[in-house]
Amino acid sequence: MKQVDIAVVGAGPAGLHAALMGAERGLDVLVIDNAGQAGGQLVKQTHKFFGSREQRAGTRGIHIADELTKKLSTYTKARLWLSSTVLSYYPADQTLMIEDDAESIRLIQAQRLIIATGASEKLLPFPGNDLPGVYGAGAVQTLMNVHGVKPGRKVLMVGAGNIGLIVSYQLLQSDVEVVAVVEAAPHIGGYAVHASKIRRMGVPIYTSHSVKAARGEQVLERAVIWQLDEQWNGIDSTQFELPCDVLCLAVGLSPLTELLWQAGCRMVFVPELGGHVPWHNGRGATSVPEVFVAGDAGGVEEASSAMATGALAGLSAVESLGQCPDYAEATGAWSRELDALRAGPAGSKIRKGLQSLQL
Amino acid sequence: MRISEHPILKFRRGHRVRFYFDGQEMKGFEGEPIAAALHAEGVRVLHYSEAGRPRGFFCAIGNCSSCLMMVDSQPNVRTCITPLRAEMDIRTQRGRGVLSGEQSEDRES
Repeated sequence: MKQVDIAVVGAGPAGLHAALMGAERGLDVLVIDNAGQAGGQLVKQTHKFFGSREQRAGTRGIHIADELTKKLSTYTKARLWLSSTVLSYYPADQTLMIEDDAESIRLIQAQRLIIATGASEKLLPFPGNDLPGVYGAGAVQTLMNVHGVKPGRKVLMVGAGNIGLIVSYQLLQSDVEVVAVVEAAPHIGGYAVHASKIRRMGVPIYTSHSVKAARGEQVLERAVIWQLDEQWNGIDSTQFELPCDVLCLAVGLSPLTELLWQAGCRMVFVPELGGHVPWHNGRGATSVPEVFVAGDAGGVEEASSAMATGALAGLSAVESLGQCPDYAEATGAWSRELDALRAGPAGSKIRKGLQSLQL
Repeated sequence: MRISEHPILKFRRGHRVRFYFDGQEMKGFEGEPIAAALHAEGVRVLHYSEAGRPRGFFCAIGNCSSCLMMVDSQPNVRTCITPLRAEMDIRTQRGRGVLSGEQSEDRES
Protein backbone atom coordinates (compact mmCIF):
# COMPACT_ATOMS: atom_id res chain seq x y z
CA MET A 1 0.00 0.00 0.00
CA LYS A 2 1.18 3.48 -0.89
CA GLN A 3 2.16 5.71 2.03
CA VAL A 4 2.31 9.48 2.31
CA ASP A 5 3.20 11.94 5.07
CA ILE A 6 0.08 14.04 4.60
CA ALA A 7 -3.12 13.36 2.67
CA VAL A 8 -5.40 16.32 2.03
CA VAL A 9 -9.02 15.72 1.03
CA GLY A 10 -10.28 18.64 -1.06
CA ALA A 11 -8.35 20.87 -3.46
CA GLY A 12 -10.19 24.12 -2.71
CA PRO A 13 -8.62 27.22 -1.15
CA ALA A 14 -8.21 25.48 2.23
CA GLY A 15 -6.86 22.16 0.94
CA LEU A 16 -4.40 23.76 -1.49
CA HIS A 17 -3.02 26.02 1.24
CA ALA A 18 -2.74 23.12 3.68
CA ALA A 19 -0.90 21.06 1.04
CA LEU A 20 1.49 23.90 0.23
CA MET A 21 2.55 24.15 3.88
CA GLY A 22 3.61 20.50 3.80
CA ALA A 23 5.17 20.63 0.33
CA GLU A 24 7.20 23.74 1.14
CA ARG A 25 8.71 21.87 4.11
CA GLY A 26 9.73 18.88 2.01
CA LEU A 27 6.97 16.42 2.94
CA ASP A 28 5.19 13.86 0.75
CA VAL A 29 1.78 15.36 0.19
CA LEU A 30 -1.18 13.92 -1.69
CA VAL A 31 -4.22 16.07 -2.47
CA ILE A 32 -7.40 14.30 -3.57
CA ASP A 33 -10.45 15.99 -5.12
CA ASN A 34 -13.55 14.57 -6.78
CA ALA A 35 -13.78 17.40 -9.32
CA GLY A 36 -11.89 17.31 -12.61
CA GLN A 37 -10.26 20.64 -11.85
CA ALA A 38 -8.51 21.97 -8.71
CA GLY A 39 -9.64 25.15 -6.95
CA GLY A 40 -12.94 24.10 -5.39
CA GLN A 41 -15.37 27.01 -5.38
CA LEU A 42 -12.64 29.42 -6.50
CA VAL A 43 -13.07 28.28 -10.10
CA LYS A 44 -16.44 30.01 -10.31
CA GLN A 45 -15.63 33.15 -8.34
CA THR A 46 -15.27 35.86 -10.94
CA HIS A 47 -15.48 38.73 -8.46
CA LYS A 48 -12.51 40.52 -6.92
CA PHE A 49 -11.65 39.70 -3.32
CA PHE A 50 -11.80 42.29 -0.54
CA GLY A 51 -9.44 42.98 2.33
CA SER A 52 -5.73 43.63 2.44
CA ARG A 53 -3.12 42.84 -0.17
CA GLU A 54 -2.09 39.77 1.86
CA GLN A 55 -5.67 38.62 1.54
CA ARG A 56 -5.41 38.99 -2.25
CA ALA A 57 -7.74 41.96 -2.42
CA GLY A 58 -8.42 42.88 -6.03
CA THR A 59 -7.66 39.36 -7.30
CA ARG A 60 -10.42 37.24 -8.80
CA GLY A 61 -11.01 33.76 -7.34
CA ILE A 62 -10.55 32.12 -10.74
CA HIS A 63 -6.96 33.42 -10.90
CA ILE A 64 -6.15 32.41 -7.31
CA ALA A 65 -7.09 28.79 -8.14
CA ASP A 66 -4.65 28.72 -11.09
CA GLU A 67 -1.89 30.33 -9.08
CA LEU A 68 -2.15 27.89 -6.16
CA THR A 69 -2.34 24.83 -8.39
CA LYS A 70 0.73 25.94 -10.36
CA LYS A 71 2.64 26.59 -7.15
CA LEU A 72 1.85 23.14 -5.80
CA SER A 73 2.94 21.51 -9.06
CA THR A 74 6.49 22.89 -8.61
CA TYR A 75 7.04 20.47 -5.70
CA THR A 76 8.00 17.01 -6.90
CA LYS A 77 6.84 15.38 -3.67
CA ALA A 78 3.37 16.91 -3.94
CA ARG A 79 0.75 15.11 -5.98
CA LEU A 80 -2.75 16.10 -6.99
CA TRP A 81 -5.29 13.40 -7.82
CA LEU A 82 -8.32 14.88 -9.54
CA SER A 83 -11.58 13.12 -10.47
CA SER A 84 -10.90 10.96 -7.43
CA THR A 85 -13.35 10.46 -4.59
CA VAL A 86 -12.43 9.48 -1.06
CA LEU A 87 -15.01 6.83 -0.23
CA SER A 88 -13.97 6.21 3.35
CA TYR A 89 -11.35 6.54 6.05
CA TYR A 90 -10.29 3.69 8.32
CA PRO A 91 -8.88 5.23 11.51
CA ALA A 92 -7.39 1.97 12.87
CA ASP A 93 -4.74 1.84 10.15
CA GLN A 94 -5.05 5.48 8.98
CA THR A 95 -6.08 4.38 5.50
CA LEU A 96 -8.12 6.18 2.87
CA MET A 97 -10.06 4.32 0.20
CA ILE A 98 -10.09 6.30 -3.05
CA GLU A 99 -12.02 5.68 -6.27
CA ASP A 100 -10.77 7.28 -9.47
CA ASP A 101 -12.81 8.11 -12.58
CA ALA A 102 -11.95 4.74 -14.14
CA GLU A 103 -13.77 3.24 -11.12
CA SER A 104 -10.63 1.61 -9.77
CA ILE A 105 -9.99 1.61 -6.05
CA ARG A 106 -6.76 2.56 -4.34
CA LEU A 107 -5.74 2.50 -0.69
CA ILE A 108 -3.46 5.15 0.75
CA GLN A 109 -1.97 5.17 4.21
CA ALA A 110 -1.40 8.68 5.55
CA GLN A 111 0.51 9.68 8.67
CA ARG A 112 -1.61 12.82 8.88
CA LEU A 113 -4.98 13.54 7.31
CA ILE A 114 -6.26 17.04 6.58
CA ILE A 115 -9.96 17.23 5.79
CA ALA A 116 -10.87 20.22 3.64
CA THR A 117 -14.06 18.94 2.05
CA GLY A 118 -15.89 22.28 2.18
CA ALA A 119 -19.64 22.60 2.48
CA SER A 120 -22.83 21.83 0.61
CA GLU A 121 -25.77 24.08 -0.02
CA LYS A 122 -28.79 24.08 2.21
CA LEU A 123 -32.19 23.41 0.71
CA LEU A 124 -35.23 25.42 1.72
CA PRO A 125 -38.43 23.45 2.43
CA PHE A 126 -41.41 24.63 0.35
CA PRO A 127 -43.87 22.84 -1.97
CA GLY A 128 -42.37 22.41 -5.43
CA ASN A 129 -38.74 22.76 -4.34
CA ASP A 130 -37.89 19.68 -6.42
CA LEU A 131 -39.05 21.22 -9.72
CA PRO A 132 -36.41 21.54 -12.44
CA GLY A 133 -35.40 25.20 -12.29
CA VAL A 134 -34.88 25.26 -8.51
CA TYR A 135 -31.09 25.31 -8.35
CA GLY A 136 -28.44 25.88 -5.72
CA ALA A 137 -26.46 29.11 -6.03
CA GLY A 138 -23.25 27.12 -6.53
CA ALA A 139 -24.85 25.22 -9.41
CA VAL A 140 -25.97 28.45 -11.07
CA GLN A 141 -22.40 29.77 -10.78
CA THR A 142 -20.96 26.55 -12.19
CA LEU A 143 -23.31 26.52 -15.15
CA MET A 144 -22.76 30.18 -15.97
CA ASN A 145 -19.14 30.93 -14.96
CA VAL A 146 -17.47 27.60 -15.68
CA HIS A 147 -19.48 26.26 -18.62
CA GLY A 148 -20.83 29.47 -20.13
CA VAL A 149 -24.47 28.37 -20.14
CA LYS A 150 -27.25 30.69 -19.00
CA PRO A 151 -29.22 29.06 -16.18
CA GLY A 152 -32.46 30.58 -17.51
CA ARG A 153 -34.16 33.80 -18.57
CA LYS A 154 -35.68 35.11 -15.34
CA VAL A 155 -34.07 34.29 -12.02
CA LEU A 156 -35.51 34.73 -8.54
CA MET A 157 -32.71 34.86 -5.98
CA VAL A 158 -33.51 33.57 -2.49
CA GLY A 159 -31.11 34.92 0.13
CA ALA A 160 -29.45 38.33 0.39
CA GLY A 161 -26.22 37.22 2.01
CA ASN A 162 -22.99 37.77 0.09
CA ILE A 163 -23.51 34.68 -2.08
CA GLY A 164 -27.02 35.73 -3.11
CA LEU A 165 -25.93 39.27 -3.89
CA ILE A 166 -22.74 38.33 -5.75
CA VAL A 167 -24.44 35.63 -7.83
CA SER A 168 -27.23 38.11 -8.69
CA TYR A 169 -24.60 40.50 -10.00
CA GLN A 170 -22.88 37.71 -11.94
CA LEU A 171 -26.24 36.81 -13.54
CA LEU A 172 -26.71 40.42 -14.65
CA GLN A 173 -23.17 40.37 -16.09
CA SER A 174 -24.17 37.30 -18.11
CA ASP A 175 -27.20 39.18 -19.43
CA VAL A 176 -29.76 37.21 -17.40
CA GLU A 177 -32.68 39.03 -15.78
CA VAL A 178 -32.89 38.86 -11.97
CA VAL A 179 -36.56 39.49 -11.13
CA ALA A 180 -35.97 40.01 -7.41
CA VAL A 181 -33.96 39.01 -4.37
CA VAL A 182 -35.99 37.79 -1.38
CA GLU A 183 -34.54 37.60 2.10
CA ALA A 184 -36.34 36.11 5.12
CA ALA A 185 -34.42 38.22 7.63
CA PRO A 186 -35.44 41.85 8.18
CA HIS A 187 -31.98 43.00 7.02
CA ILE A 188 -29.70 42.33 4.07
CA GLY A 189 -26.99 39.98 5.33
CA GLY A 190 -24.32 40.68 2.71
CA TYR A 191 -22.10 43.73 2.22
CA ALA A 192 -23.92 46.98 1.42
CA VAL A 193 -21.64 47.58 -1.56
CA HIS A 194 -22.93 44.43 -3.30
CA ALA A 195 -26.57 45.25 -2.45
CA SER A 196 -26.41 48.78 -3.82
CA LYS A 197 -24.73 47.57 -7.01
CA ILE A 198 -27.62 45.28 -7.92
CA ARG A 199 -30.24 47.78 -6.71
CA ARG A 200 -28.74 50.37 -9.05
CA MET A 201 -29.25 47.88 -11.86
CA GLY A 202 -32.97 47.77 -11.03
CA VAL A 203 -33.27 44.58 -8.99
CA PRO A 204 -35.68 44.89 -6.02
CA ILE A 205 -34.62 43.33 -2.72
CA TYR A 206 -37.54 42.20 -0.54
CA THR A 207 -36.47 41.74 3.10
CA SER A 208 -38.77 39.87 5.54
CA HIS A 209 -40.03 37.88 2.55
CA SER A 210 -39.74 34.22 1.65
CA VAL A 211 -40.88 31.63 -0.88
CA LYS A 212 -44.24 30.04 -0.13
CA ALA A 213 -44.23 27.68 -3.11
CA ALA A 214 -42.74 27.00 -6.53
CA ARG A 215 -45.21 26.25 -9.31
CA GLY A 216 -45.02 24.76 -12.77
CA GLU A 217 -46.11 21.74 -14.81
CA GLN A 218 -42.84 20.05 -15.77
CA VAL A 219 -40.44 22.87 -14.92
CA LEU A 220 -40.54 25.99 -12.76
CA GLU A 221 -42.84 28.69 -14.16
CA ARG A 222 -43.49 30.98 -11.18
CA ALA A 223 -42.81 31.42 -7.49
CA VAL A 224 -45.26 32.46 -4.78
CA ILE A 225 -43.70 34.97 -2.39
CA TRP A 226 -45.02 36.17 0.93
CA GLN A 227 -44.06 38.50 3.71
CA LEU A 228 -42.99 37.11 7.09
CA ASP A 229 -44.08 38.43 10.46
CA GLU A 230 -41.75 38.86 13.45
CA GLN A 231 -42.08 35.15 14.30
CA TRP A 232 -41.01 34.22 10.72
CA ASN A 233 -44.52 33.04 9.82
CA GLY A 234 -45.87 33.82 6.37
CA ILE A 235 -48.72 36.34 6.11
CA ASP A 236 -51.36 35.01 3.69
CA SER A 237 -52.76 38.39 2.67
CA THR A 238 -49.33 39.53 1.42
CA GLN A 239 -48.66 36.77 -1.08
CA PHE A 240 -47.91 37.49 -4.73
CA GLU A 241 -46.55 35.60 -7.71
CA LEU A 242 -43.36 36.25 -9.62
CA PRO A 243 -42.89 34.63 -13.03
CA CYS A 244 -39.44 33.00 -13.19
CA ASP A 245 -37.76 29.96 -14.74
CA VAL A 246 -34.95 29.72 -12.18
CA LEU A 247 -35.21 29.93 -8.42
CA CYS A 248 -31.71 30.23 -7.07
CA LEU A 249 -31.19 29.14 -3.45
CA ALA A 250 -28.51 31.04 -1.57
CA VAL A 251 -29.67 30.22 1.94
CA GLY A 252 -26.48 29.05 3.57
CA LEU A 253 -24.17 26.09 3.65
CA SER A 254 -23.63 23.00 5.80
CA PRO A 255 -20.12 21.65 6.46
CA LEU A 256 -19.35 18.36 4.66
CA THR A 257 -18.23 16.30 7.65
CA GLU A 258 -18.75 12.63 6.73
CA LEU A 259 -15.04 11.79 6.88
CA LEU A 260 -14.64 13.60 10.20
CA TRP A 261 -17.43 11.50 11.72
CA GLN A 262 -15.80 8.38 10.27
CA ALA A 263 -12.45 9.37 11.75
CA GLY A 264 -14.10 9.49 15.18
CA CYS A 265 -13.60 13.21 15.73
CA ARG A 266 -15.64 14.71 18.53
CA MET A 267 -18.43 16.64 16.79
CA VAL A 268 -20.26 19.68 18.14
CA PHE A 269 -23.48 21.26 16.85
CA VAL A 270 -22.87 24.99 16.37
CA PRO A 271 -25.58 26.75 14.31
CA GLU A 272 -23.35 29.80 13.72
CA LEU A 273 -20.78 27.55 12.00
CA GLY A 274 -23.38 25.87 9.77
CA GLY A 275 -24.31 22.77 11.80
CA HIS A 276 -22.22 19.87 13.05
CA VAL A 277 -18.51 20.64 13.01
CA PRO A 278 -15.54 18.84 14.56
CA TRP A 279 -14.18 20.32 17.73
CA HIS A 280 -10.93 22.05 16.76
CA ASN A 281 -8.36 24.19 18.49
CA GLY A 282 -8.42 27.12 16.05
CA ARG A 283 -5.30 25.82 14.28
CA GLY A 284 -6.91 22.80 12.66
CA ALA A 285 -6.23 20.15 15.32
CA THR A 286 -9.28 17.97 16.05
CA SER A 287 -9.85 15.58 18.97
CA VAL A 288 -8.11 12.84 16.91
CA PRO A 289 -4.35 13.52 16.95
CA GLU A 290 -3.63 12.53 13.32
CA VAL A 291 -6.69 14.26 11.83
CA PHE A 292 -6.90 17.99 11.04
CA VAL A 293 -9.67 20.14 9.61
CA ALA A 294 -9.43 23.16 7.29
CA GLY A 295 -11.83 25.55 5.59
CA ASP A 296 -15.63 25.34 5.59
CA ALA A 297 -15.61 21.72 6.86
CA GLY A 298 -14.63 23.17 10.25
CA GLY A 299 -17.18 26.02 10.13
CA VAL A 300 -18.68 27.90 7.20
CA GLU A 301 -16.89 31.20 6.43
CA GLU A 302 -15.59 32.33 3.04
CA ALA A 303 -12.65 31.78 0.71
CA SER A 304 -10.15 34.17 2.33
CA SER A 305 -10.55 32.59 5.75
CA ALA A 306 -10.48 29.12 4.17
CA MET A 307 -6.98 29.93 2.84
CA ALA A 308 -5.88 30.98 6.34
CA THR A 309 -7.45 28.02 8.20
CA GLY A 310 -5.99 25.76 5.51
CA ALA A 311 -2.51 27.12 6.06
CA LEU A 312 -2.87 26.79 9.85
CA ALA A 313 -4.08 23.18 9.60
CA GLY A 314 -1.21 22.40 7.22
CA LEU A 315 1.36 23.92 9.57
CA SER A 316 -0.13 22.07 12.57
CA ALA A 317 0.03 18.76 10.73
CA VAL A 318 3.66 19.37 9.73
CA GLU A 319 4.51 20.40 13.28
CA SER A 320 2.94 17.23 14.68
CA LEU A 321 5.37 15.27 12.48
CA GLY A 322 8.25 17.27 13.97
CA GLN A 323 9.05 18.94 10.64
CA CYS A 324 8.09 22.56 11.24
CA PRO A 325 10.96 24.61 12.72
CA ASP A 326 9.23 27.89 11.79
CA TYR A 327 5.88 26.90 13.36
CA ALA A 328 5.50 29.82 15.79
CA GLU A 329 6.39 32.45 13.24
CA ALA A 330 4.34 31.00 10.38
CA THR A 331 1.21 30.29 12.42
CA GLY A 332 1.47 33.73 14.03
CA ALA A 333 1.25 35.46 10.67
CA TRP A 334 -1.71 33.39 9.45
CA SER A 335 -3.55 33.73 12.81
CA ARG A 336 -3.23 37.51 12.67
CA GLU A 337 -4.64 37.50 9.17
CA LEU A 338 -7.52 35.30 10.24
CA ASP A 339 -8.28 37.58 13.20
CA ALA A 340 -8.36 40.56 10.85
CA LEU A 341 -10.79 38.75 8.53
CA ARG A 342 -13.09 37.94 11.45
CA ALA A 343 -12.93 41.42 13.01
CA GLY A 344 -15.84 43.83 12.82
CA PRO A 345 -19.59 43.28 12.70
CA ALA A 346 -19.43 40.95 9.66
CA GLY A 347 -17.38 38.46 11.70
CA SER A 348 -19.54 38.50 14.82
CA LYS A 349 -21.43 35.32 13.91
CA ILE A 350 -18.20 33.39 13.30
CA ARG A 351 -16.63 34.71 16.50
CA LYS A 352 -19.70 33.63 18.48
CA GLY A 353 -19.67 30.21 16.82
CA LEU A 354 -15.99 29.62 17.51
CA GLN A 355 -16.54 30.63 21.12
CA SER A 356 -19.34 28.11 21.64
CA LEU A 357 -17.18 25.45 19.94
CA GLN A 358 -14.69 25.80 22.80
CA LEU A 359 -17.31 25.50 25.58
CA MET B 1 -28.80 29.59 -24.16
CA ARG B 2 -25.05 30.07 -24.30
CA ILE B 3 -23.25 33.10 -22.94
CA SER B 4 -21.52 34.56 -26.00
CA GLU B 5 -19.90 37.63 -24.49
CA HIS B 6 -18.86 38.11 -20.88
CA PRO B 7 -17.11 41.14 -19.32
CA ILE B 8 -14.59 38.97 -17.41
CA LEU B 9 -14.61 35.40 -18.64
CA LYS B 10 -13.51 33.72 -21.82
CA PHE B 11 -14.90 30.23 -22.27
CA ARG B 12 -12.56 27.58 -23.64
CA ARG B 13 -14.82 25.14 -25.40
CA GLY B 14 -14.09 21.77 -26.99
CA HIS B 15 -15.11 20.63 -30.46
CA ARG B 16 -18.75 20.96 -31.36
CA VAL B 17 -20.14 17.42 -31.45
CA ARG B 18 -23.40 15.66 -32.17
CA PHE B 19 -25.27 13.69 -29.51
CA TYR B 20 -28.76 12.28 -29.05
CA PHE B 21 -31.32 13.12 -26.39
CA ASP B 22 -34.22 10.65 -26.31
CA GLY B 23 -33.42 9.92 -29.94
CA GLN B 24 -33.37 13.56 -31.01
CA GLU B 25 -30.16 14.94 -32.55
CA MET B 26 -28.51 17.79 -30.62
CA LYS B 27 -25.17 19.63 -30.54
CA GLY B 28 -22.86 20.41 -27.66
CA PHE B 29 -19.19 20.93 -26.88
CA GLU B 30 -17.02 17.91 -26.24
CA GLY B 31 -15.87 17.69 -22.62
CA GLU B 32 -18.52 19.90 -21.08
CA PRO B 33 -20.86 18.17 -18.60
CA ILE B 34 -23.77 16.40 -20.33
CA ALA B 35 -26.26 18.37 -18.19
CA ALA B 36 -24.72 21.69 -19.28
CA ALA B 37 -25.00 20.71 -22.96
CA LEU B 38 -28.63 19.69 -22.44
CA HIS B 39 -29.38 22.88 -20.53
CA ALA B 40 -27.93 24.95 -23.38
CA GLU B 41 -30.29 23.10 -25.73
CA GLY B 42 -33.24 23.94 -23.47
CA VAL B 43 -33.64 20.49 -21.88
CA ARG B 44 -34.42 20.92 -18.19
CA VAL B 45 -36.14 17.66 -17.20
CA LEU B 46 -33.45 14.98 -16.90
CA HIS B 47 -35.05 12.35 -14.75
CA TYR B 48 -38.37 11.30 -13.20
CA SER B 49 -38.54 10.14 -9.59
CA GLU B 50 -40.10 6.79 -8.66
CA ALA B 51 -43.27 8.78 -7.94
CA GLY B 52 -43.11 10.35 -11.41
CA ARG B 53 -42.02 13.84 -10.38
CA PRO B 54 -39.72 15.66 -12.82
CA ARG B 55 -36.14 16.22 -11.72
CA GLY B 56 -33.52 18.57 -13.16
CA PHE B 57 -30.10 19.96 -12.57
CA PHE B 58 -29.52 20.94 -8.93
CA CYS B 59 -26.09 20.80 -7.27
CA ALA B 60 -23.73 20.61 -10.31
CA ILE B 61 -21.03 18.83 -8.30
CA GLY B 62 -22.18 15.22 -8.42
CA ASN B 63 -23.62 15.09 -4.90
CA CYS B 64 -27.40 15.20 -5.13
CA SER B 65 -28.62 12.54 -7.70
CA SER B 66 -31.13 14.93 -9.26
CA CYS B 67 -29.47 14.71 -12.72
CA LEU B 68 -29.21 10.91 -13.08
CA MET B 69 -29.80 9.79 -16.69
CA MET B 70 -29.29 6.81 -18.99
CA VAL B 71 -26.10 7.33 -21.00
CA ASP B 72 -25.17 4.75 -23.65
CA SER B 73 -27.50 2.26 -21.93
CA GLN B 74 -25.95 2.80 -18.50
CA PRO B 75 -28.38 4.06 -15.86
CA ASN B 76 -27.69 6.45 -12.97
CA VAL B 77 -24.99 8.47 -14.72
CA ARG B 78 -24.37 11.76 -12.89
CA THR B 79 -24.73 13.99 -15.93
CA CYS B 80 -23.68 17.19 -14.13
CA ILE B 81 -20.09 15.92 -13.87
CA THR B 82 -19.85 13.44 -16.76
CA PRO B 83 -18.17 14.90 -19.87
CA LEU B 84 -20.06 14.93 -23.17
CA ARG B 85 -18.59 12.82 -25.97
CA ALA B 86 -19.53 12.69 -29.65
CA GLU B 87 -22.47 10.40 -30.56
CA MET B 88 -23.54 9.80 -26.96
CA ASP B 89 -27.01 8.33 -26.58
CA ILE B 90 -28.57 10.16 -23.63
CA ARG B 91 -32.00 9.28 -22.34
CA THR B 92 -34.37 10.57 -19.66
CA GLN B 93 -34.29 8.15 -16.75
CA ARG B 94 -37.45 6.99 -15.00
CA GLY B 95 -37.11 5.83 -11.42
CA ARG B 96 -34.02 3.86 -10.55
CA GLY B 97 -33.27 2.76 -14.09
CA VAL B 98 -32.34 -0.74 -15.28
CA LEU B 99 -28.82 -2.14 -15.47
CA SER B 100 -27.88 -3.56 -18.87
CA GLY B 101 -28.29 -7.34 -18.85
CA GLU B 102 -30.86 -7.10 -16.08
CA GLN B 103 -34.33 -8.16 -17.11
CA SER B 104 -36.84 -5.49 -16.29
CA GLU B 105 -39.35 -8.08 -15.04
CA ASP B 106 -36.80 -9.26 -12.44
CA ARG B 107 -36.98 -5.89 -10.76
CA GLU B 108 -39.18 -5.24 -7.84
CA SER B 109 -40.88 -1.98 -8.59
